[in-house]
Amino acid sequence: MTLKRRPLLLAALALPIATPIVVRAQTPGQPLLAAPWDEVLREARGRPVFFNAWGGDDRTNAFIAWAGSRVRDLHGVDLRHVRLRDTAEAVARVVAEKAASRNAGGSVDMIWINGPNFLAMKEQGLHFGPFVDRLPNARFIDREGKPSTVVDFTVPVEGLAAPWRMAQVVFIADSARVPDPPRSMEALVAWARANPGRTTHPNVRNFMGVTFLKQALYEFAPDQAALLRPVTDETLRPAADALWVWYDRLRPHLWRGGRQFPENGPAQRPLMLDGELDLFIAFNPSEAAVAIANNQLPATARPFVLERGTIGNTSFVSIPYNAANAAAAMVVANFLLSAEAQAHGADPRVLGNPTVLDIAALPEAERARFAALPRSPAILPPEALGRPLQEPHPTWMTRVTAEWESRYGR
Amino acid sequence: MLRAAPLLTALIFLGPIAAGLAGTLLPAFGWLPALGGRAFSLDPWRALLAAPGLGKAVLLTLGTGFAATLLSFGLVVAFCAATQGRPLARRAQAALAPLLATPHAALAIGFAFLVAPSGWIARAMSPWATGWDRPPDWATVNDPWGIALILGLTLKEVPYLLLMAFAGLGQVRAAEGMRAAAAMGYGPVTGWLKVVLPQLYPQLRLPLYAVLVFSLSVVDVALILGPGTPPTLSALVLRWFSDRELTQWFPAAAGALLLLLIVLAAILVWRVAERVCASLGRRWIAAGGRGGQARLLRVGVPAVMAVLLVANAAALLVLITWSFAGPWRFPDALPVAFTLATWQAQVQAIAAPALTTLAVALATTALAMALTLACLEAEQCRGVHPGRRALALIWLPLLLPQLAFLFGWQVALVRLDLDGTLGAVVWTHLLFVLPYVFLSLADPWRALDGRYARSAASLGAGPWRVFLVVKCRLLLRPLLVAAAVGFAVSVGLYLPTLFAGAGRVTTLTTEAVTLAAGADRRILGAYAGLQALMPLAVYAAAVMLPAWLNRDRRGMRPA
Repeated sequence: MTLKRRPLLLAALALPIATPIVVRAQTPGQPLLAAPWDEVLREARGRPVFFNAWGGDDRTNAFIAWAGSRVRDLHGVDLRHVRLRDTAEAVARVVAEKAASRNAGGSVDMIWINGPNFLAMKEQGLHFGPFVDRLPNARFIDREGKPSTVVDFTVPVEGLAAPWRMAQVVFIADSARVPDPPRSMEALVAWARANPGRTTHPNVRNFMGVTFLKQALYEFAPDQAALLRPVTDETLRPAADALWVWYDRLRPHLWRGGRQFPENGPAQRPLMLDGELDLFIAFNPSEAAVAIANNQLPATARPFVLERGTIGNTSFVSIPYNAANAAAAMVVANFLLSAEAQAHGADPRVLGNPTVLDIAALPEAERARFAALPRSPAILPPEALGRPLQEPHPTWMTRVTAEWESRYGR
Repeated sequence: MLRAAPLLTALIFLGPIAAGLAGTLLPAFGWLPALGGRAFSLDPWRALLAAPGLGKAVLLTLGTGFAATLLSFGLVVAFCAATQGRPLARRAQAALAPLLATPHAALAIGFAFLVAPSGWIARAMSPWATGWDRPPDWATVNDPWGIALILGLTLKEVPYLLLMAFAGLGQVRAAEGMRAAAAMGYGPVTGWLKVVLPQLYPQLRLPLYAVLVFSLSVVDVALILGPGTPPTLSALVLRWFSDRELTQWFPAAAGALLLLLIVLAAILVWRVAERVCASLGRRWIAAGGRGGQARLLRVGVPAVMAVLLVANAAALLVLITWSFAGPWRFPDALPVAFTLATWQAQVQAIAAPALTTLAVALATTALAMALTLACLEAEQCRGVHPGRRALALIWLPLLLPQLAFLFGWQVALVRLDLDGTLGAVVWTHLLFVLPYVFLSLADPWRALDGRYARSAASLGAGPWRVFLVVKCRLLLRPLLVAAAVGFAVSVGLYLPTLFAGAGRVTTLTTEAVTLAAGADRRILGAYAGLQALMPLAVYAAAVMLPAWLNRDRRGMRPA
């Protein structure tokens, strides 16, 4: 009854990244993967794209709506945002369609994805592609400077998903109340004890909540290198034990006594705006700047990072193997990689996300779009952000969530 | 044609429920060939029982379900007893009817905006009365005991039960009974409880069961107001159904079945409690205590009801206020400025689900009206009487937890290649809209004096003309009210839209519930506010249109 995991595949994924990777097509023989771009554009015109994307952040929702109006004007593609409560819902839908043998005409055209969801689909051969190198704008991706655009949570992407935004953990503190924020997860305990109920983390079932725990894992796991390999019982135990010792010291001092959590990252904003929280975790270096610009955080909100660095990753879009509108989805993925979309996303009034592109490689006119972006005192400059820590292997995320659930979710 | 209407209705209606129950039952015992489950086993149940938080989730489900039902029932009984024969009762009826049109999700979101530590109530009282310059660290929403969930459900169930009680009171001779009781020296409240309640209760039984089942199995309100770690059983089961590991479907199906068993057991317990109360009550009645004037009750209960009414209205008002709010920080009682910015920014995004909501609700209501009228006409013209047992079937979708058959129904829709289509959503909505339309239309339709139709026929009018020009015209008001009820039910449906729509068909309800997890309150206010206003507008039209059309016909104005 249970779907058997394939240990061989997992072992293959654990190989050092430098090993040459044999790119396996998940949809071999797909004519679209060989078609010239003009033909892809032709086929895309007039088609819808059901973009299944987590709908919990209204800034991102607004960005997707903007992208929709642009691809309609440029390519006649009708982008429809299917707002998910959890990305897993879309993966489940594709898996269910495969189980029902609906191998074409599927209901999901594109998914905002990374981490365990990306891996789950890759393991089960549910991605369309590799298609990324078929996209004209893919050549500007900063693969060297931003390795997480090609290796997602230690898993090689192999062209099965197109990057579209960079993310890095920052903490937001209201500088009016917290002039000297704690710079490590250990220091956070002391701070929380002195300021009970003034910080929290999102629900651990949400990616932001478990990222909070992964950030601590980096600080307390005895063997950090183990985090980059698929988790085993031997590597999990010492790391998780240290994690829960720390967490048990922290939890009683959290908001609502650590018995209730905001559903997701954005749910923390109104709590700070109203003065319930002084400090919270976010996944966007520009979180404070964007939210201040939209009256969602007090003007005194400022980001900071931990002294030993914070986790960074890349958001991708992937196309399911049975997508009904794969060509149109490719066109959207290509648009998301355009300098126009990337610069719009980097605007601190919109998303404020660092671009996935290598700006220096862009043509002069496109570079100017980035140079023209306004600056904000609530954005950390890249040198203050530091080089991001790599995301642990997705299996860590799954196991840590499950352990949290069974320890604190009953 | 007409003769076949009841059968056709039953098929449209029972097909999905049967398919859905089977599609939940089989995976609960390991059978789901598409996922490799080809042998019956108890593994799904073992996985279910091992799930963290299950025990607490079940207790929470039972606690909130029974508490909300008992609280609503108690309030309704107390209110009816305290206001029998007073003009207050009629006024309450008029004030409560529009509340029925408010979707659960919108009301729950508005309620959260009211009672959250940073909610409107705390803002209005701070800092002058409370001394707070920041919200207190209290769990007034999503509290681990489910109190916010109980109150949110009560807010919505009381108007429903009260209207059902008023309808029932019209069928028992309450006034005469009360006069007799008063003549024998009974106090007003005691007299009502001893004379009227025993006659009224049978009329309330099915609506009460529907409230009990709904409170035990609701998902959207539980997601918005209920606790998260662990949530209620229904929210937990929904979480498993949307897990990327499809093997979770097996314990989820078992969980849905467990929910069904809990619901059936709850009805059984209620039934037994009815018997016990009846026998205790008979002894109490026979003892002959006359009771006092119960002045406190006669003032207190209407006051509680007034609070409930105000809370309902305030919940809607706070949604609308947020949608027009500029910056609005705690503890300001009102936003610094009002602005159209939220609506301007959201108009495009909100238009699509709003139109879908409208289309689905209109199509479902039209179908439900057509089927209902066909059945009622078959009954009157062809003498096809469905019988009491068949009539009870119409309650079936309201007496089963939605989760227990919607998952299986979704699997069937995938097989029929219908999932994610408007048609599938309309069909699924019909299961829940039809009962309400039928129940609100059946009584007035049957009560219409048959001599009108016979006179028209003897004057040469054909059957269609009799139907349209005589019956429909005379019964315009109940027809439109039934349509408004159907429309409101459709607009409010969350789980049926979620399962049949497969993410492709999204309505204001599904969007509002998704946004409720953490979106900007201004945007959430816009979605939930529009969701609430749509059925209210339809209800207002349904009440005003006949009043306007009948302005010159004194005999057709409501008494």
